[in-house]
Amino acid sequence: MNLKRIRTIIDKEWAEVFQNRMVLFTMIFMPLIFTILPLVILYFTGQEMGDMGGVGTADMPVEFLSTCASDMTEAECMQVFLVNRFLLLFMMMPVIIPVTIAAYSIVGEKTTHSLEPLLATPMTTFELLVGKSLAASLPAIFVGWISFGLFLAALPLIGVTKTVISYIAGPTWLLAIIVAGPLMAIASVNLAIFVSSRVNDPRTAEQISALFVVPIFGLLFAQLAGVIVINVMVMLSFIGGMVLVDIGMIYLGISIFQRENILTRWK
Amino acid sequence: MIETKALTKMFEVKKADDIPAVVDLDLSIAQGEVFGFLGPNGAGKTTTVRLLTSLIGPTSGHAWVNGFEVGKEDQKIRSSVGVLTEHPGLYERLSGIKNLSIFANLYELEKPEKQVEKYLKMLGLWSRRNDPAGRFSRGMRQKLAIARALLHEPHVLFLDEPTSGLDPEAARLVRSFIEELGDQGRTIFMCTHNLHEADRLCDRIGIFNSRLFAIDTPENLRQEIYGRKVVFHLRFVDPTWINLIKDIEGVLDVQRVDQKLVLAMDDPERLNPQIIRTLVESGADIQFVGELRHSLEDIYLQTIEENEGESQ
Repeated sequence: MNLKRIRTIIDKEWAEVFQNRMVLFTMIFMPLIFTILPLVILYFTGQEMGDMGGVGTADMPVEFLSTCASDMTEAECMQVFLVNRFLLLFMMMPVIIPVTIAAYSIVGEKTTHSLEPLLATPMTTFELLVGKSLAASLPAIFVGWISFGLFLAALPLIGVTKTVISYIAGPTWLLAIIVAGPLMAIASVNLAIFVSSRVNDPRTAEQISALFVVPIFGLLFAQLAGVIVINVMVMLSFIGGMVLVDIGMIYLGISIFQRENILTRWK
Repeated sequence: MIETKALTKMFEVKKADDIPAVVDLDLSIAQGEVFGFLGPNGAGKTTTVRLLTSLIGPTSGHAWVNGFEVGKEDQKIRSSVGVLTEHPGLYERLSGIKNLSIFANLYELEKPEKQVEKYLKMLGLWSRRNDPAGRFSRGMRQKLAIARALLHEPHVLFLDEPTSGLDPEAARLVRSFIEELGDQGRTIFMCTHNLHEADRLCDRIGIFNSRLFAIDTPENLRQEIYGRKVVFHLRFVDPTWINLIKDIEGVLDVQRVDQKLVLAMDDPERLNPQIIRTLVESGADIQFVGELRHSLEDIYLQTIEENEGESQ
């Protein structure tokens, strides 16, 4: 594996992809919305809870109460209950952003016929695939981390208590943002690579690959319905599952991303 | 430099017979040779280039490029050959200089900036180096793609339709550059539909439609198919002269076309003086003598037509 070639591919992808306004829009606008939205909701719910003189824990699923630390007030427990829903928004970022980049960086090469000259260089298929995957995943991972950092930094400004902040900066969220996010980005990019071998244009690849967010919505609705409560154990199980999914997706991506298939079957 | 033995490529088709793209190709191309690979659309020319540049693998047979075997030393082959693909395939949002820098780094050149500058200047693109390739004219794009293929100074160069879609001026520029490359001693394997171009640039030509039907120098192909013919333009033709000339040993055929005699013969250099003497002694006024040259197009069409059944 030649790191210089991988760096060159990443450099090329970024130079090209970041000149695409739509990609930039997705990379800036969506994380901004996903960061501001929970802050706004937290701010107003904090105000309303104050006005109502607090909300009882009786309004929350019984399974959730174990998530609230013993030193939390009922209002703080309610805020944690609410904020846990937004965790899934942060988890969606590394899934949606790389799909847009991968759709342009991989399928786009098909439509512009630029993949063949690239494949004619001494670079190996594995180097090309790693370069392209990293070029698509890294910005999404960093954007996710930066958004989370901004979210954390803004929490005290809207009156969120230290107890709630320390919960958000605790193991469940950190596992979700630092470990689960990148794992989901890898799966999402490899799904885009897989889809790109079957479709003809970047938009179709993007749309099909974006279906990857469906399981996250499933998680969101399950949480809303009180079927599951996101805690460290759930997150660890999710990460374990994602590792298996990633291994499967990488294997699938590499087995499909063969020079001959790309040149002769990618029409 | 390039050698193939029974090189074959079949494409699998679900629920149908495999499609033969290249069948039993035997080639031997020497160092410094400019080789023209001619054939109709869908003949398998691009597939052959892809096989020889290790982009795809053969179904059977063997091929060696620069001494490296296809399928076994693919990375070495790709390091040592340059390819101008059918479509320039440039990164249109990136500048000309960036397009080349990417490839200079992929080939791990020691001084990538110098090589990029050298070829941008050589192909007259230096002043537009910072413009996005998408703003280049078609000719400029093709030149940029040629520069990309040459960055790592390959000994063997594959050019797939190098002047396709170019205006006459751009095509002439590209052709003269290919001539220069040939003069530098590089081996050039060129697929083209432009028969005039092939006739002018190529040392040898292969006529191909899944199978190789003919391979030789353009001149030898002419002789092989049509033999050598000389046209004698006369003030008038006396029919008795035809038999006189037919009696000369070595003259294969004589035909009268208006006030011209068209003679088929093996060795015009030896026979022409004798024929001229015979005609003059018989009272003929010779206005003009010239060799009848069939165009490469005639040769190509004749070869493809003759072998039409075989390529199916």
